[in-house]
Amino acid sequence: MKVVLENLTKVFPSRNKKAGGEVIAVNNFSFEIPDGKLIGLLGPSGCGKSTTLYMISGLQKPTSGKIFFGDDDITELTPENRGVGLVFQNYALYPHMTVKQNILFPLQNLKGADKLSKEVMLQRAYEAAKLVQIDELMERKPSELSGGQQQRVAIARALVKMPRVLLLDEPLSNLDARLRLQTREEIRRIQRETKITTIFVTHDQEEAMSISDMIVVMKLGVVQQIGAPQDVYDSPENLFVAKFLGTPPINVFDGTIKGGKVYIGEDAVLDAPGVEDQEVYVGVRPEGFELAEDGAFHCKLRSVEVMGRDVSIVSENACALTPVIRSIINADNKVDSSKEEVCFNLKAHKTFVFAKEKVTWSTAEEGKTLYNFNKGAQTLNAVYGAKTYELGTLLTDEDIAKLEKQAKQSLSPVAKFFVKQGKKILATAQAKVAPAVEFVQNIIPEKPALTGEITYKLAMGKNKDGETLYFAGGVDNARLCVTSDINLAVDLHAELITKNVEITKGKDTKSKTIVEGYHVYYLEGDKKVYPELNVANGENHEKRIFL
Amino acid sequence: MVDSKHKWKAWLFLSPSLVLLAVFTVWPIINTMIMAFSEGYSQMYALAGKSFQFGLGNFEFVAQYPKFIQYLKTTVLLCVLTVPISTILALLIAVALNSIKPLRKVLQTIYFLPYVTNSIAIGLVFSAMFNVIGNVSATNAQIESYGIINNILMAITGDKWINWINAGSPYWANITVMVIYIVWNALPFKILILLGGLQSVNKQYYDAAKVDGTSKARVLMRITVPLLSPMITYVVITGFMGGFKEYSSIVGIFGADMGPTGNPDAMNTIVGYVYDSLAANQEGLASAAALILFAIILAVTLINLQISKRNTHY
Repeated sequence: MKVVLENLTKVFPSRNKKAGGEVIAVNNFSFEIPDGKLIGLLGPSGCGKSTTLYMISGLQKPTSGKIFFGDDDITELTPENRGVGLVFQNYALYPHMTVKQNILFPLQNLKGADKLSKEVMLQRAYEAAKLVQIDELMERKPSELSGGQQQRVAIARALVKMPRVLLLDEPLSNLDARLRLQTREEIRRIQRETKITTIFVTHDQEEAMSISDMIVVMKLGVVQQIGAPQDVYDSPENLFVAKFLGTPPINVFDGTIKGGKVYIGEDAVLDAPGVEDQEVYVGVRPEGFELAEDGAFHCKLRSVEVMGRDVSIVSENACALTPVIRSIINADNKVDSSKEEVCFNLKAHKTFVFAKEKVTWSTAEEGKTLYNFNKGAQTLNAVYGAKTYELGTLLTDEDIAKLEKQAKQSLSPVAKFFVKQGKKILATAQAKVAPAVEFVQNIIPEKPALTGEITYKLAMGKNKDGETLYFAGGVDNARLCVTSDINLAVDLHAELITKNVEITKGKDTKSKTIVEGYHVYYLEGDKKVYPELNVANGENHEKRIFL
Repeated sequence: MVDSKHKWKAWLFLSPSLVLLAVFTVWPIINTMIMAFSEGYSQMYALAGKSFQFGLGNFEFVAQYPKFIQYLKTTVLLCVLTVPISTILALLIAVALNSIKPLRKVLQTIYFLPYVTNSIAIGLVFSAMFNVIGNVSATNAQIESYGIINNILMAITGDKWINWINAGSPYWANITVMVIYIVWNALPFKILILLGGLQSVNKQYYDAAKVDGTSKARVLMRITVPLLSPMITYVVITGFMGGFKEYSSIVGIFGADMGPTGNPDAMNTIVGYVYDSLAANQEGLASAAALILFAIILAVTLINLQISKRNTHY
């Protein structure tokens, strides 16, 4: 059964009526899922993939758009009339029923002409159980099963009524690593055997790539790219997709296109004939580096990690957006780890160039220069520590020295952050600034740092001129940074908490401000937990420039 | 365990509560036993120095006393009627409350009101609702006014009214009033417990049931009730315990006579008998009746637990 989504949109009303701003969970999603395929919906938490799944199942009503199964428009149908099987993230097995009763339950609900005899029901239940290999466990209660077995029971319960479409919500997230590997192959096998069109949701790119026929990468409710896993990996359409797929992740550099060549810093790494001069991001997959004595791309060598088949070269480059560059090359290439510098040629098909779109601030005055962190400019809106700096004043070298001193004395994580970035101070504030700024809304709600000492937040506000400012720091207004640069605020927020960030972009619906920022996640054990980012309606920035 | 060297300290710290427990809980229980097994025990005679023979005489007397048998019947009847009715009603109301969003807080408060209101006061209000003022004797009826219930009845049926609680009222009418009153009074606590249970049930079970096309009745019987079974068991057991001790509600409606005018004790219960015996300085009989009541409640609770063991899913 093919599944067609037509301009599917889901808008959730705002939880906080005062702050306003509804959240667009899924924005204008159109896609045709071919019959009998396994499709992975992939994206960071809060990107709308689960909402999409629930709309297909009928548990949530789309705000607009249509869903077809085959040629039937099922948008208005209730879940039970759609013929879907849904496996919940935590399985939702009825705890008071045995495995057999759980699997029989959907069949016993059938009414009228569909009603089955007891024998047929039992036979169907055993067939489904055999398919997922749990026919030995039929008399047990869910609490007596392991996570993997529960998962199979849930799949059997979804399959027993022979659904037209099988939907799986984060099917592997509650399993341990080994079981996850095994179960994902199991899902693949079951899907192949039953040939039921299957859609599953995951935030784990490896999981999605390994078993899907096709993947759909989503971000902030907007589909970024659809395609076969290898195609999406080999040819990402924008920086987000490039960054989201691949382990180790893609290396991203600030670059420029000048006179038909792509430059990273001073090094001309690639030809770009006919492309107009502009600022770009250059993304290079770890396997896209080619070791060459006379290579065009120069990096400072940090270390060489031997992994047997491959070696991983860890190096540094001033233009890289990450502190280190990780490149993987064949172990046949001998690397002299005593050298200061390592030179690469970049493989053209593993190197992607993305347009750097300017962040626009609708509330900023025309022509006013906003601080750009990456360019190292010195326009400063700063206040820090005991001393209060007026917004817009330049910091003297003395001020900066003072901050560096504070950083060295480990007095302030904020000061430390700025110094570590190797940049001059930008915008920090102590409590004195806060009253002058009208608080608008939290972007990332308060969250305690891993050290547990203090609670940090990321918020947005406006000053008396109506300029949008971002806050990062403690909720008690200590260690607070006020800046017009969202990147800076998010960077700081991440630094204060865990340092774990993923770059995203979005538009804040309330202030109509384009927010270029990051997804910050917190590590709880090994699990990544994404806080809800209160921005929606992402736009496709950083589009790939095809050379 | 406490080091033996410091054991006396432990006892010292425990002593205030131990003393209080001994005086107000342990001793009264022992004393009740002693009185129950002292034939014809009465405190007045005991103070005068009379001694009593040990034996089962009190129990024999109570068990053969026709009024006690009648009181027992009334008690059991009230229990058997009110506990299932109130439990089922509470379950339905809790499920309904749990499924609505607007007005939930308001309705919750309204349903909880009986719990915080004095039962004697509510009894007076109920008796006013069922009351008939005037002379209701069959031969010479002279009615001044009717309570709201009879007014409604007459509006529906024309001119028929029922003598609910006044002089000459029939037993079934009295029981009906008591059942309505006791059920109404018992609802809030049960709703509270069941609603709390419902709110801790994972919503995904209902989503799963929805995807599987489960009808509302089946969701209630196959999912909600089993998942709520620990709470339902608790509510039923405490309901029976309370039901067998019914007393103040009857006082609330019929007054200390425990029955309509001219027919005192028509609605009396076991606890009522205990009070009456105490008032008549027959502590021996009162104690025996109290122990019989205890034995009944114990037996019913054990049966309840036995039944629920098979049907409760923790």
